[in-house]
Amino acid sequence: MFLAMRELRFARSRFILMGGVVALIAVLMVLLSGLSSGLVNDGVSGLKRLPVTAFAFGEGTKLDAAFSRSVVDVKQVDTWRTQPGVAEAEPFGNLLVNTRSDRDLPIDLALFGVNPGSFLAPEVAEGATLGAADGIVVSASALDDGLRVGDVVTVDRIGTKLTVIGATADQHTFGHVDVAYLPLATWQRLHAGAGPDDEVRPEAMTEATAVAVRAKDGATLNLAAGDSAAGTTSVTLTESFGASPGYTAETSTLSLIQVFLYAISALVVGAFFTVWTIQRKHELAVLRAMGASKPYLLRDGLFQALVVLLASTGVGVAVGVGLGSAIGGGIPFSLEAPAVSLASVLLVVLGLLGAAAAIVRIAAVDPLAALGGQR
Amino acid sequence: MTTAKSAKDRPAAGTGNGLAISGVTLRLGDGDSTVTALDAVDLSVEPGEFVAVVGPSGAGKSSLLAVAGALTIPDEGTVTIDGHDLAAMSSASRAAYRRNHIGFVFQSGNLLPALTALDQLRLVTHLTGGGKDHRDPQQLLEEVGMGHKANRRPHQLSGGERQRIGIARALMAAPSLLLVDEPTAALDRARSHEVVSLLAKETKQSAVATVMVTHDHDVLEHCDRIVEMTDGRLSG
Repeated sequence: MFLAMRELRFARSRFILMGGVVALIAVLMVLLSGLSSGLVNDGVSGLKRLPVTAFAFGEGTKLDAAFSRSVVDVKQVDTWRTQPGVAEAEPFGNLLVNTRSDRDLPIDLALFGVNPGSFLAPEVAEGATLGAADGIVVSASALDDGLRVGDVVTVDRIGTKLTVIGATADQHTFGHVDVAYLPLATWQRLHAGAGPDDEVRPEAMTEATAVAVRAKDGATLNLAAGDSAAGTTSVTLTESFGASPGYTAETSTLSLIQVFLYAISALVVGAFFTVWTIQRKHELAVLRAMGASKPYLLRDGLFQALVVLLASTGVGVAVGVGLGSAIGGGIPFSLEAPAVSLASVLLVVLGLLGAAAAIVRIAAVDPLAALGGQR
Repeated sequence: MTTAKSAKDRPAAGTGNGLAISGVTLRLGDGDSTVTALDAVDLSVEPGEFVAVVGPSGAGKSSLLAVAGALTIPDEGTVTIDGHDLAAMSSASRAAYRRNHIGFVFQSGNLLPALTALDQLRLVTHLTGGGKDHRDPQQLLEEVGMGHKANRRPHQLSGGERQRIGIARALMAAPSLLLVDEPTAALDRARSHEVVSLLAKETKQSAVATVMVTHDHDVLEHCDRIVEMTDGRLSG
C-alpha cells in the first residue's frame, strides 16, 4: 500500500476527477433510493401494515386490478377460517372514494372496510378506535393533508357522511391515497352505491373485496388447497402489492434506472483504471524487473481502487442524504438506512469489480520491457 | 564494507561467487523466423569486478542483461549467481531472487514519478517485505551524493541526479549482482563520467559483481574489464 497511497497523492487531480463522477452517481443513487422507498410507501404502506399473510380474491380475478374488481362472499371467509395453518381469516373491503370535509377540504380516501375488533382493525394513536357505524380511522398522512379528528367528510355522489374519530400513528396509504378504515357494514353500503336513505339489496351486505388471511406463527399456508376449497384466487401479501394502482410500473422504472447507474459506475471505474494501468505499463515493468511480485502489485492496485471508491461513495452518500433531508413534504421521499447502505455497498463492490477487470492486466506486464529506452 | 550478507545466502556448494554464464544460447522467435540473440556466450564476473559490455545495437547486449537478470531463461547453457541456478527456479521465485539479490540500473533511471528520492529507496524494503537486511536509505542517498535532495521527485531532478538515485535504489537490497543498462544514454559527457565512476566506486565498496551494457566508449576507463559483443557472440 506504500506505492498506492503515494500515487493517489501524486496523481490526485486525476483521481479526484474520477472520484467526482462516482460521487455524483452515489448522490443520484441515494436520491433514487429515497424516491423509490417513498413511492413504495405511498403506494402500499396501507397494505404493508396489515397483519396479513395472504389475500384471497374472487376466483379468476386479474391481479393488476384485483382490489377494485374482486368480490368475495362471507361464506368463502368461513371456508378459509377452517383451512389448516390459518390463524384468522376476515373479510376485507377496499374502495377508492372522493370526499369533501365539512371545512371544504377535498380529500381522496382509500376505504378499508374491516370488522371492528378483528385482527384487521387498526391501532389508533389519536382519538377513538373503530366501532361507530359512521366513524372512520384515518392514516396519519391524512392529518398532514389537513384533515382533523372530529371532521365530517361527505362521500361524493353517494352523500354518506363519515366522521373522523381517530388516526393511526404512521403512514397508511394505498395507491398514493390516504387510507380510512371503516366498519365493514358501512363499507358494504358504500360499495353497493347506497346513500344514507337508500335500500340496499340484501346480497350486498354479505360481500367483501377479499378474504384477508393470517397464518399461524411458523405455519406455511397451502394457498392452492385453500383456493380450491373456497373458490378463490389467493396471493401473498407481497404479491398483492402488484394489485395496488401504478405500483408495478413505478417500481420497475426506478429499478431500471438504478441498474443502469450501477452499470455506468462500474464501467466508469473500469475505464479509468484501464487507462491508468496502461499509462503505468513501463513503470510496472520496472517494478517487475526489480522483483515486485504479481500479488504485491495486484494488491496495491486493488487497494488504490478501494480507497478511491470508498472516499467518493462516502462523499456522494453524505451529499445525497443531505439533499434528501432537505426535500419537502410534497414529494414522496423516504430515506431508509438499509436501502441506502445496500446501494452504497453495491456501488463499491461493482466499482471494485470494474477496477479489478482493468487491474488484472498488471499480471501480464513483461519485466523485459523495463530494459532499453523509455517509450 | 556495508554489505550485509548472511551465511544462508552463500552457496552450499557451487561454482563460486558472482555471476557465471556458460554456454548460453538464446533464440528470439517472431513467427517463422528465429534470431539467435545470444550464441554460446560464456562470461563470469567476480564480486567487486566491474565489467563493461560494448557493441552495436542489436548485438544482443540487452538479451545478455535479461538472461543474467533472471528476466529470460536461455534455451541452452546455465546462469548461476553465487552458485544458484536461475533456470531451476519458478517464475515467482525468480522474482523473489531478483528483489533480494539482483540490482537493476535502467536507462535514464526509470524512477517512479510519484515517489520522492528517499521513497524510491524505501520502496525496495517494501517489495522484499522486510525479510532481508537493507541498507539505510538516507545513508545510501548521502553516499551517492543525493542526501540533500531526498524529498525531490524525479521531475524535479536532472538526468544525472536521477541516475544516481537509480544506482542507490539498485544497491538498497545489498545485491550480489548489479546489472546496468546504458546508464549514460541521456547524459552529457561530464555527467556520464560522474555516474560511471560512482558505479565503479560502489562496485568496489559493496563487493558486487557489476555488468554494464553501454555503447559509450568514453566511460570505459572506469571499468575493470571490457568485453565486446557482436551478433550474439562475446569476445574480450
